[in-house]
Amino acid sequence: MHKTIAEHPSLADKFNKDEERVNWHDQTLWWVRAKRDKAAHTLPEWEDLRNLASQIKHNVLSNLSEYLVQFEENALKNNIQVHWAADAQEHNAIVKSILQKHGVAQIVKSKSMLTEECHLNDYLQKEGIEVIDTDLGERIVQLAQEPPSHIVLPCIHKKKEEIGELFHLHLGTPAGNADPQFLTAAARLHLREKFLTRKIAITGVNFAVAETGEFVVCTNEGNADMGAHLADVHIACMGIEKLIPERHHLGVFLRLLARSATGQPITTYSSHFKKPRQGQEMHLVLVDNGRSRQLGREDFRNSLKCIRCGACMNTCPVYRRSGGHSYHNAIAGPIGSILAPNLDMKDYADLPFASTLCGSCSNVCPVKIDIHNQLYKWRQVLVQQGYAPAAKKAAMQGMAFTFSHPAFYRMAGKTGKWFMKTTPFVVNNSFNPWYKQRDMPEPPKESFHDWYKKNRKQNE
Amino acid sequence: MNSREKILQAVKQNQPEPVSLPHIPFFTPPFTNLEQKFTKVLQSIGGEVHRVSSYAEINQILKKEFGSKTIFSSAQELAELMDTGLDYKNAHAFADLELAVVEANLAVAENSAIWVTEAMVQERALPFIAQHLALIIQPQNLVATMHEAYARIADADYGFATFIAGPSKTADIEQSLVLGAHGPKSLLVFLLDREIA
Ligand code: SF4
Repeated sequence: MHKTIAEHPSLADKFNKDEERVNWHDQTLWWVRAKRDKAAHTLPEWEDLRNLASQIKHNVLSNLSEYLVQFEENALKNNIQVHWAADAQEHNAIVKSILQKHGVAQIVKSKSMLTEECHLNDYLQKEGIEVIDTDLGERIVQLAQEPPSHIVLPCIHKKKEEIGELFHLHLGTPAGNADPQFLTAAARLHLREKFLTRKIAITGVNFAVAETGEFVVCTNEGNADMGAHLADVHIACMGIEKLIPERHHLGVFLRLLARSATGQPITTYSSHFKKPRQGQEMHLVLVDNGRSRQLGREDFRNSLKCIRCGACMNTCPVYRRSGGHSYHNAIAGPIGSILAPNLDMKDYADLPFASTLCGSCSNVCPVKIDIHNQLYKWRQVLVQQGYAPAAKKAAMQGMAFTFSHPAFYRMAGKTGKWFMKTTPFVVNNSFNPWYKQRDMPEPPKESFHDWYKKNRKQNE
Repeated sequence: MNSREKILQAVKQNQPEPVSLPHIPFFTPPFTNLEQKFTKVLQSIGGEVHRVSSYAEINQILKKEFGSKTIFSSAQELAELMDTGLDYKNAHAFADLELAVVEANLAVAENSAIWVTEAMVQERALPFIAQHLALIIQPQNLVATMHEAYARIADADYGFATFIAGPSKTADIEQSLVLGAHGPKSLLVFLLDREIA
């Protein structure tokens, strides 16, 4: 049974109702993208680094089963307890069992897109367990009972006045105060109390090193560290694709990650967890949840190289104008649109179509994933398998017929032009998904076919 | 078959032909003065740099800025600033710590990240939980890039270690940069020439 999920165009419509907000969202993300450019340009070897990162990840994917075994062996030697989860359900159950073993019903969590993907918060909440997200942006969307809309900037869609209002309601800050400095200070106090009283902390993992059995967590706020170092039990959750072979490879990835994400030279903290501290318990959950399946899809395998920097979202003209929530998936934007159909082709059939295929995403990707090519390939797979989104299906079927019947194509072209000229309102309406937020281009005076016929004659 | 075997089998079946690892060169950085680069980058991300020639000088600066507030220091030379009333065995006791001073021996010029290992701090939580953080680093321990840093720590053993670049920060509220999210609100770095014993 499939739940009916609203498709990207209708969700984008909702976001587009507030034009001023769309412009602001668009400009903010473009500003972050520009900072990325500046940071990239300070390194003459930027393109070499992207190539190296991509090659290292290629080596990882081609030896993943060996690296997983090597990592496990070393992590166990380091006294880290390793768990394997085939899917989201099993991941959540493992986390719950650790909490139950310790009789803990309140935990802190640092940002982890994997736990979002597994819907861990919902699951634990239903089990009566309270999860406090400690990344400020994540805490804000948690208070608003929304999912994050961006993997690096979780509440990028929210205005400070809305955040002030949320804090007034939940943290007791004075009504009407929307000063970022003031609100951050209030959150600091609120979350410090949680860090100091919670016995179990969950963190994500940015990189895990097969050679040493350690894992690295990158944050600017230091929330992963505050949580993990003050808790009796640290649970780290990671997708199996996060492995890298050797410690020194971190040099390549840490040079790329923050510069690509926000334009910073490096995140404030790049913490290497190798062994639990004295008296502490450390768990690591390795999660598949469809990754091994994606590994087998040659056309989409490269998507597993992703280091979750968010650069492809910041640059994407569709993401910037439709908002992260319109992707109805834990990971929004271009890369999310490749990963989601792997999880469920039917529910996410609309996402590979939420792109202009302009290629900007592939241009900024620090691990050189051919993002726009993969989106294009997903479209073909989805149409072939009968999963294309309803509106696109009709249009594409029409297109397929038109292209395979040259005479009809010429006639349709003429008719279309005639329609656009004489009755533009028929084309410029909401039944045409391309008319969303833009005017249709003026139809050319003559078709290429007509022009070619005429000119060829002249040249002959 | 348990999940471990199931995952490993699926991965093995689906992974492509083995591809070898590339060689990672050091690259020649576009700057030569490491100290200047380090200082510039750290300042640009909200840190403060003091060029000093002795611990006595550090002592003086800290006394002026923090007075009699609760201070922890890993440096013997700064013992007189230490708050002896703290229970240093308990990370939670650091919750009210005003300043932590830690000596480090590796820092990266390109991004001003300073390598701090468990052995240098009393408790892992220390450099995160203190309201302010001061790090002491000797200029001769600066390297140009992350590649050189990892060449130095390639085989190092530690339980926990971290690169720290600047004070704790967030820009989650409308992208306005705020220093002091959960961790230290400020980072002071003392560049100290090796003292002659
Ligand atoms: S696909 Fe590339 S650009 Fe997008 S988040 Fe992943 S690493 Fe970054």
